[in-house]
Amino acid sequence: MQAINSGDTAWVLASAALVLFMTPGLAIFYGGMVRVKSALNMMMMSFAAMGITTIIWVLYGYSLAFGKSNGGLIGSLDHIGLASTLDQVTGAEGHQIPVLAFAMFQLTFAIITVALLSGAIADRAKYGSWVLFVAVWITLVYIPVAHWAFAAQNGEGGWIIDKLKALDFAGGTVVEINSGAAALALALVLGKRDGFKRDPMRPHNMPLVLLGAGMLWFGWFGFNAGSALSAGSLAATAMINTQIATAAAAMTWVAYEKKRDGKATTLGVASGAIAGAVAITPACGYLNPLGALILGLIAGVASSWAVTRKYKFGYDDSLDVVGVHGVGGILGMLAIGLIATVTANEAGANGLFNGGGTTQLTRQVIAIVVVALFSFAATWLIATAIQKTIGFRVYRDDELTGLDTTFHAESAYDITGNSNRY
Amino acid sequence: MKLITAIVKPAKVDDIKVALQAAGVAGMTVSETRGFGRQKGHTEIYRGAEYTVDFIPKVRIEVLADDADAQSIVDIIVTAANTGSIGDGKLWVTPVEQVIRIRTGERGGDAL
Repeated sequence: MQAINSGDTAWVLASAALVLFMTPGLAIFYGGMVRVKSALNMMMMSFAAMGITTIIWVLYGYSLAFGKSNGGLIGSLDHIGLASTLDQVTGAEGHQIPVLAFAMFQLTFAIITVALLSGAIADRAKYGSWVLFVAVWITLVYIPVAHWAFAAQNGEGGWIIDKLKALDFAGGTVVEINSGAAALALALVLGKRDGFKRDPMRPHNMPLVLLGAGMLWFGWFGFNAGSALSAGSLAATAMINTQIATAAAAMTWVAYEKKRDGKATTLGVASGAIAGAVAITPACGYLNPLGALILGLIAGVASSWAVTRKYKFGYDDSLDVVGVHGVGGILGMLAIGLIATVTANEAGANGLFNGGGTTQLTRQVIAIVVVALFSFAATWLIATAIQKTIGFRVYRDDELTGLDTTFHAESAYDITGNSNRY
Repeated sequence: MKLITAIVKPAKVDDIKVALQAAGVAGMTVSETRGFGRQKGHTEIYRGAEYTVDFIPKVRIEVLADDADAQSIVDIIVTAANTGSIGDGKLWVTPVEQVIRIRTGERGGDAL
């Protein structure tokens, strides 16, 4: 066994815990945003993501995502059941960490990516079908994309990172664009909620939404700074860039919202923060702090505008996964092509406005387009197959009654004690 | 005896209660409810989308009164509940057959 860098290992282990924390945080964020009759169901979809994804990861997920690459498209079966990982190390010279720490860290990314999709189909998905969807989507969509963009194997790994050399520090493609495109497909296949555009469908518990947003903001430091896979100045740069972009976007989202709607809402400040964090996700290790500020300021306005497109085009992306994660991920990936600088990270590149020409920008665009199209098409096929076999969309009566009583025999709140009375 | 029922704006309930107590009214019942009248609901804009909200939160106030006192109680409530803007509410008076104080068994005017 080679020497392990204990500082780096400690940070990656802590980061994995921070990122895992984001999924219950997402459950709370999303849960507060939906109507009370289906709040528990929304939260439970995230918990299914945590459970199912972990089982898949140990059985074959890690192996196919990060095993030795086959043509840059997919990994190998060498690590089925996490075989040959105990006591192994990975990482650059001087920065070796246990393979299992890396595998754990990557698992938490897979979990939250699929959990994000639940936001697009609030209040109308059959729970058993969702569980099946999680298993199939992780296998057929997440694992390949993660391999392409995250499996760096000295030039012989995933094609996006090792051949195309697009830059994506923490998952602008794998997590954000992937989830945004997939969410659009899901929203289209399952269709609109009963009463969409007619009935107000406002968050039932804004304090929960704010708590969830805070948990996500906190965990994001593990997501972004942990992706440095080392405890040093790159992690510090990623961390402060994350803070700057998140904070800036929160402010510009509500400023734009006040101008457009007349009021600055707490839903807006929570969404804005997330939009900024999403946008900086691929770029946090490649921009300098002023670049992160510019990206955050723009992402807040852009996503705030983008989430209104669903009314114009008529798709019910209930909790704005497309407008926040999809659009934010694209912005962040493009920002690298425009304002990345090697002064922030020598292993990065110079964007168009830093004398790098259009080389990096072109690579970023290719990565964006391929991941978006693949994710959308594959998710469309999977969701349609489920809909046509066991059904995905719930019956209208169940939707109107609420999914908490329909699928879980529960209600989120029993403040009056009535459930335990008559 | 009469039952005076008023549907009023939640924000005016305190003013109504204070005015009734100043006039010596001994009790009232309030409950939360929702509704709309002739002006229907209103349009709200939230997160970039417009919605029509039909049912607006209101409070129902119920007061039991002697025939002789009913009209002055009506006037007090109407004055205290009025803001001049849409949604102030409505009040109506219905006859009551029996009133009983549960603790003591008193009936009729003694129960008010």
